[in-house]
Amino acid sequence: MLNDLLLTLPITIATVWVLVLILCEAFVHNANLTRWLTAIGFAGIIASIFLIPSPEGYAYGTMLRTGTFTNFSNFIFAVSGLLVVSISDKYLEEEEINFGEYYIILFISTIGMMLMGSAANLSVIFIGLETMSVALYTLAGMLRKDVRSNEAAMKYFLLGSFATGFFLYGIALIYGATGELALPRIAASLQTNGVSTLFWIGLSLLMIGFLFKVSAVPFHQWTPDVYEGSPTTAAAFMSTGSKAAAFSSLIIVLSNISIALPNNAVLQTAFAYIAVATMAVGNITALTQDNLKRMLAYSSIAHAGYMLVGIAAGSNEGYSGVLYYALIYTLMNVGAFGVIAVLERHRTLTNASDYAGLFKQHPLLAGLMAVFMFSLAGLPPFGGFVGKYKVFAAAVEADLTWLAIVGVLASVVSVYYYLRVVIFMFMRDPEPAPQANANATGSFALVAIAVIVFLMGIFPTEVLKLADNAMKVALK
Amino acid sequence: MPEINLSTAFFIGLGSLTIVASLGTILSRSPVTSALFLVLNFFALGGIYLLLEAQFIAVVQVIVYAGAIMVLFLFVIMLLNLEDEQRLTERYDVKKGFAILFAGLLLVEVLYVVGLKTPAIAPRLGTVAAEIGTAKYIGQQLLTEFLFPFEIISVLLLGAIVGAVVLAKKNFGPERATAKTTL
Amino acid sequence: MIEAYLPIFAMIVIAIVLGVLLLTLGRLLGPKRSNSEKMSTYESGIEPVGTAKARISVKYYLVAMFFIIFDIEVIFMYPWAVNLREFGVSGLVSMITFALLLLVGYFYILKKGGLEWN
Repeated sequence: MLNDLLLTLPITIATVWVLVLILCEAFVHNANLTRWLTAIGFAGIIASIFLIPSPEGYAYGTMLRTGTFTNFSNFIFAVSGLLVVSISDKYLEEEEINFGEYYIILFISTIGMMLMGSAANLSVIFIGLETMSVALYTLAGMLRKDVRSNEAAMKYFLLGSFATGFFLYGIALIYGATGELALPRIAASLQTNGVSTLFWIGLSLLMIGFLFKVSAVPFHQWTPDVYEGSPTTAAAFMSTGSKAAAFSSLIIVLSNISIALPNNAVLQTAFAYIAVATMAVGNITALTQDNLKRMLAYSSIAHAGYMLVGIAAGSNEGYSGVLYYALIYTLMNVGAFGVIAVLERHRTLTNASDYAGLFKQHPLLAGLMAVFMFSLAGLPPFGGFVGKYKVFAAAVEADLTWLAIVGVLASVVSVYYYLRVVIFMFMRDPEPAPQANANATGSFALVAIAVIVFLMGIFPTEVLKLADNAMKVALK
Repeated sequence: MPEINLSTAFFIGLGSLTIVASLGTILSRSPVTSALFLVLNFFALGGIYLLLEAQFIAVVQVIVYAGAIMVLFLFVIMLLNLEDEQRLTERYDVKKGFAILFAGLLLVEVLYVVGLKTPAIAPRLGTVAAEIGTAKYIGQQLLTEFLFPFEIISVLLLGAIVGAVVLAKKNFGPERATAKTTL
Repeated sequence: MIEAYLPIFAMIVIAIVLGVLLLTLGRLLGPKRSNSEKMSTYESGIEPVGTAKARISVKYYLVAMFFIIFDIEVIFMYPWAVNLREFGVSGLVSMITFALLLLVGYFYILKKGGLEWN
């Protein structure tokens, strides 16, 4: 028992820390203190990932996995949480929702993500998914007096619950078909008893649940409304952390089950078509968006499409590409939303054209935004390029060259709408001045993100090696 | 005439009760009547769970669903204060079509599972079906194999508590914000 | 197996039959003299004001939600309680951990005034 607690130290620390946060908020009632404690909690999780060795294996029976894959995904979630905390406070104060609860819920959501990223049992994936989702529904409705935020929370909650229903039904059918909930034992049961149609139905329902969470077409309709209505900083967290969590869970399920499905052409084709549809719908709809947050929402759909290319490849290279992509996407998207959060006040500055001439007034913010836009478009030498290269290369290796070509074409389309923002910022004359008041922590975080995005584009090898290693060891 | 044993008789009775209650839920005009039919539906479902030897689930069904969840349903109905329930009658054919499609898919699935007679997977631990549903067996599983999911559910419940306070508490927020509104 | 539940079933049947029977008897045997005074809503002799469908405050809903959350906590105690002797101290520790985590939530509600009526 004690050993298990140590093996899964990030989750143990997070669980204990959430109690500290709640008690502190209850008795001290100081949002700033809670914010700092939350940041310390995230830092503690990151530190425990690096400092404590985590051998490959299982903890709590076969409930959780330990090892490099888990560490890598937990790292993404904690980084996403830490960055969102550091860009949040000024925005929350301006919107008069500077509650300590915001940070507590962010932290609880991260625990759910960590469960999803380290689960080896469908029951843990489900509990993680629910913990994450319940927290995110609350975050979406945090602007209590704003109708759009209420609508976002309601839509997200209703559609999310529906998707969770599918997910749970899928788990039930898989359990009915194999008699197991632990993923390694499901694979073993499939190998001995064969793969039944019931299992396929269960698996597809499970996949629908995942595809909803990553907002893949045709389960994407909620994304723009939710991202637009939610507090901007919460949208930053939803679009990055929850996506990364769903993808890491998806990889865990697929990499376990693929052992028992030697010719998984069906899965591959299905994911390839969904990836094409997601990239096409996301990018083409993003072209027509004037609202910057809606544009980023559709772009987030498109990025889910690129990551699904790596899932379709179904190889170690593909999966590690998705891991790398999830990390870099987390960084650059939190950055982009962070710049918006710094500038936007009470739903002003919503359109791309409102950012005209930003460079003249806030050269730093404009420069940072440009870095994130270039990286999201996948232009070298930024990190986004390496991520795309990695997943597309994996697709080519898996004999899905056509898919890689579609992906490249989709990226070319995406350059238009990302660059439009940059052109507005740098080449147009300013309209009534956007009031920016980033505080020190927020600006520092944004600059740090931009630097890392840049570095991950120029020196990607170390991080890529970590991602490759995570997949290699996880699949053995 | 084939001999009908007690379980089959109960199943037919509870099954028809479930169907009638479901129809009552979706067809009655007043939302409160709908909710009460839903309670009946939950009770009948609980009975069916009993027939399937799932005693614990049956009890949970009655306590949590027919008891607690239904209180929330009724609260929502009273919270919304639906003046004119008639107006709520839905006329969107697309939505109805989707519902029928979905129900049809479920029907096909049931027929498929029944028709196929999928061989039941033997329970892993060699327990007989009658034991699996008892509170005792569930407790044993909960405290051994599923100890971690059991403990971590408390984090999910904590999230729900904090979320409920944040979203639904009146006059919520830092003192500064409330001071502003009173000024 | 199902035979074991026959007493419960019999009780439900008796409850239904009794309820239906008494109401029907009352309707059949009771005198029916309806006039407008008798049919009006009884409000302790005071003229009724407004409709009965008043909108209730969201604070009741909040309490109902807390009730559900702690109801779920209690549900988890049943399977533990029937295994109390078999699992002994280790089971007790597991349950206390679970309950302590939720106790933190309870303190939070208390301190934030989630249960205050004001």
